[in-house]
Amino acid sequence: MRLADLRGASSRARPVEEEAHSAFQPSMADYVRVAVALAAVTSMEVAIYYIEALQGALVELFLFLSSIKFMLVVMWYMHLRFDSRLFSFLFAFGLVMAIGVFVATLATMKAGLL
Amino acid sequence: MADHAHAAGVHLETATGLDNRKLLMWVFLASEALFFGSLIATYLLYRGQSQTGPYPSDVFDIPFTSVSSFILLMSSTTMALAVGSAHRGHLHQMRTWLLVTALLGMSFLAGQAFEFTEFYNKGLTLSVNLFGSTFYVLTGFHGAHVSVGVLILASLWAMAMRGKLGKANAIYVELAGLYWHFVDIVWIVIFTLVYLLEPL
Amino acid sequence: MAVAWEPIRMIEALRRVRREAATYRGLWSWIATVDHKRIGIMYGVAAFAFFLAGGIEALLIRLQLARPGGDVVSPEVYNQLFTMHGTTMIFLVVMPLASAFFNLVVPLQIGARDVAFPRLNAFSFWVFLVGALFLHSSILAGGAPNAGWFGYAPLTELPYNPGHGIDFWALGLQIVGISSMASAFNFIVTILNLRAPGMTLFRMPVFTWMTLVTSFLIILAMPVIAVALFQLEFDRLFGANFFNPTKGGTPLLWQHLFWIFGHPEVYILILPAMGIVSEVLPTFSQKPLFGYPFVIFSGIAIAFMSFGVWAHHMYTTGLGPVANSAFGVGTILIAVPTGVKIFNWLATLWGGNVSLRTPLLFAVGFVAMFVIGGLTGVTHSMVPSDYQQQDTYYVVAHFHQVLFGGALFALFAGVYYWFPKFSGRLLDEKLGQLHFWLMLIGFNLTFQPMMILGMLGMPRRIYTYPEGMGWDQWNLLATSGAFVIALSVLVFMVNVVRSLRRAERAGADPWDGRTLEWSIPSPPPPYNFARIPVVRARDDFWHRKYMEDAQGRPVPVVAGGSGEVESGAPEEEIHMPSPSFFPLITAIGFPIIATGFVFAEYAVVAAGAVVLLYGLYGWALEPATE
Repeated sequence: MRLADLRGASSRARPVEEEAHSAFQPSMADYVRVAVALAAVTSMEVAIYYIEALQGALVELFLFLSSIKFMLVVMWYMHLRFDSRLFSFLFAFGLVMAIGVFVATLATMKAGLL
Repeated sequence: MADHAHAAGVHLETATGLDNRKLLMWVFLASEALFFGSLIATYLLYRGQSQTGPYPSDVFDIPFTSVSSFILLMSSTTMALAVGSAHRGHLHQMRTWLLVTALLGMSFLAGQAFEFTEFYNKGLTLSVNLFGSTFYVLTGFHGAHVSVGVLILASLWAMAMRGKLGKANAIYVELAGLYWHFVDIVWIVIFTLVYLLEPL
Repeated sequence: MAVAWEPIRMIEALRRVRREAATYRGLWSWIATVDHKRIGIMYGVAAFAFFLAGGIEALLIRLQLARPGGDVVSPEVYNQLFTMHGTTMIFLVVMPLASAFFNLVVPLQIGARDVAFPRLNAFSFWVFLVGALFLHSSILAGGAPNAGWFGYAPLTELPYNPGHGIDFWALGLQIVGISSMASAFNFIVTILNLRAPGMTLFRMPVFTWMTLVTSFLIILAMPVIAVALFQLEFDRLFGANFFNPTKGGTPLLWQHLFWIFGHPEVYILILPAMGIVSEVLPTFSQKPLFGYPFVIFSGIAIAFMSFGVWAHHMYTTGLGPVANSAFGVGTILIAVPTGVKIFNWLATLWGGNVSLRTPLLFAVGFVAMFVIGGLTGVTHSMVPSDYQQQDTYYVVAHFHQVLFGGALFALFAGVYYWFPKFSGRLLDEKLGQLHFWLMLIGFNLTFQPMMILGMLGMPRRIYTYPEGMGWDQWNLLATSGAFVIALSVLVFMVNVVRSLRRAERAGADPWDGRTLEWSIPSPPPPYNFARIPVVRARDDFWHRKYMEDAQGRPVPVVAGGSGEVESGAPEEEIHMPSPSFFPLITAIGFPIIATGFVFAEYAVVAAGAVVLLYGLYGWALEPATE
């Protein structure tokens, strides 16, 4: 695996300076659209919190909705959709290690996760 | 800001084609995942284990925290706009968005200060029970991260006002942005696990 | 107004000295240096000083235990001695010695002129030094830490340990941890980004690879201990309940968090050593490393698995059969990639043109001692067996076998191997061999008896024992071994001093080396490479010097080939990063803040924060190159 390949496009010949500008930048309107999506998800969360009928599925719903928010921020605002896959790999690596280790710890300590 | 190979004239391009500072920031964020992971795991371990009150249901004010969480979430939007403006060379917009982001961050911190005071007045101290210890230390470390972020944003804004932050060093705005967004997504996790799932 | 301008004037004054420091002469040039080679040398010297301190602590421990009913030190002092010995050797000796080699060797091996963030690198060293001194200053403040290197709660909690020792320990480790983290970030970026053209990942020398893997372990493991130490200090300083059983807290949380860090830490200590051995063995066998990809992937596999075995330190805490079995199986499995490495090292020696120089002796000593250490480790992975061994001298013998017989032997191999590169002089071979044999004999004399003592049931951390337990002669033997080790270290010191004074000049390539660091003069110029090399193969420098004949034997390339050591001035002017004082100033902020917390003097905390911020802003606003 060559790290240079992870970028998608070959970059060796191109000075770093140019990179930020030529990279696939989301437009300002895209950022606002993501903000609207984030607001929508948040209002759904607040609504769910007060809807009696959904109380049985709170864990699943909240984890699902907050992971949508998480992914929206990471993919769009932190540019992982558009940036080098090495960055995604590094960040996912940290997340996976954290989740794996601490789920194992809590299981070992027999803590009911939720 | 940070020193890097460019300034040193050491390498004109990097072996991966990626900026040194940005690579460092992502590795740092991967590491931070373990930091907050430890704190969150501790909170979850001691969830419902407090022997005396106040318990979460005695102190939490979900509508209030929802609003302050939303403020932090929206500060990520303004941060993204600041980064976008910086890369496009729209310096006036960049300054505005940096300032707005810092102010939203301060609003979040003010909300946290208010919340801590309220909880304290309701008898929740660091030492009264496990909930107090785990809650204050987890959200406190998050608040400390937000504070550092506000300091960085304010410094960048001050540099920008003195004309020392242009398109050429937009990378610094981008780095601050990565950090800021990370602090935001940590709060998304904390808000869900600590506040929203509290009734269970 | 004059007062307001004072900081700016200070910055300007600092800049002036900084420009003078760029001449590479005088004390200031060391204090302000950002040169990775000088930082590496400072790491090495500081770590060696702490090695002597930790060694003296060990000798005192052994004197106390030499006879039954020993009264050399009091029980209280004994607790402080073993705590400081363990903490020092792990955090202030083996880790920074490895850092010394990361700094000295990695940029040279990848063909770079410095690390990616030279000032961050200087910062790492200064934070390590001030953190280590802060930890040691506990001795002046009413007693060193005394709860063992893994500081189990609730022994470390305020009601059971009211002095300041534990606070110094927790905050000192926190500061030293910042240093390790900063250095690990720096080396990850350096290794990924600063490789010379053609230096693909799978052409990188194994030591560079292990540095990369170790750095990832550090950035993933250190945050966990940071949180555990914060929690401990919140308990002690502000009355939180993380490890307080009376409020429902469990001390087991500390054990989990500590070992989630602590087991990867074991590999943080050993992987760099494995990297060094993987450089030394091929060089002195005149053969490429056998199974290069296997050695690399085994290192990566060990690193991964090290995050899944922490609870084997905790079998006897009552994890239950399922967890015990799972962690036991994981622990047994980690022996597989380790075994793969051992066989590859042996195969590297096999059929090689082996020259028995001191570096090779230490490397082979490493392999032999590490095999014993590894195998005794496998015996711990078996839960029922471990129930018997828990907290006995068998465990003490095991981890010394791994960390002394393993890590430290390899680090000495590295010292003998790379000393000529950075001093320009060879270490004396006869004294080196004497050092090796004394150390090997002393080591085995010390720690093999401990294996037996453990089997005989002697618990660790007891300050004395009665007669008639059958332990007397083994303890005496161990103590005499410890003094043989001390003698061997003296021989080493004599060797270094003598060699620096009047040994023969080493030349650029005294060992007929394989990797890029041997292609430049000894000691290397500040910019390392006059021209950045273009890499065409693994062991590139070797291939510039040798071709293979039909039988696969190396044949020297005719003179005038590209294997000659580069010399002369660089073609163009090279702009190196300027020296800076701000890394040191920033670092000094940390112990001030920590001291304030220990004594609950929040004005001191604020003063430390001001120093820290001053350093950071000075750093940020100062151009990296002038």
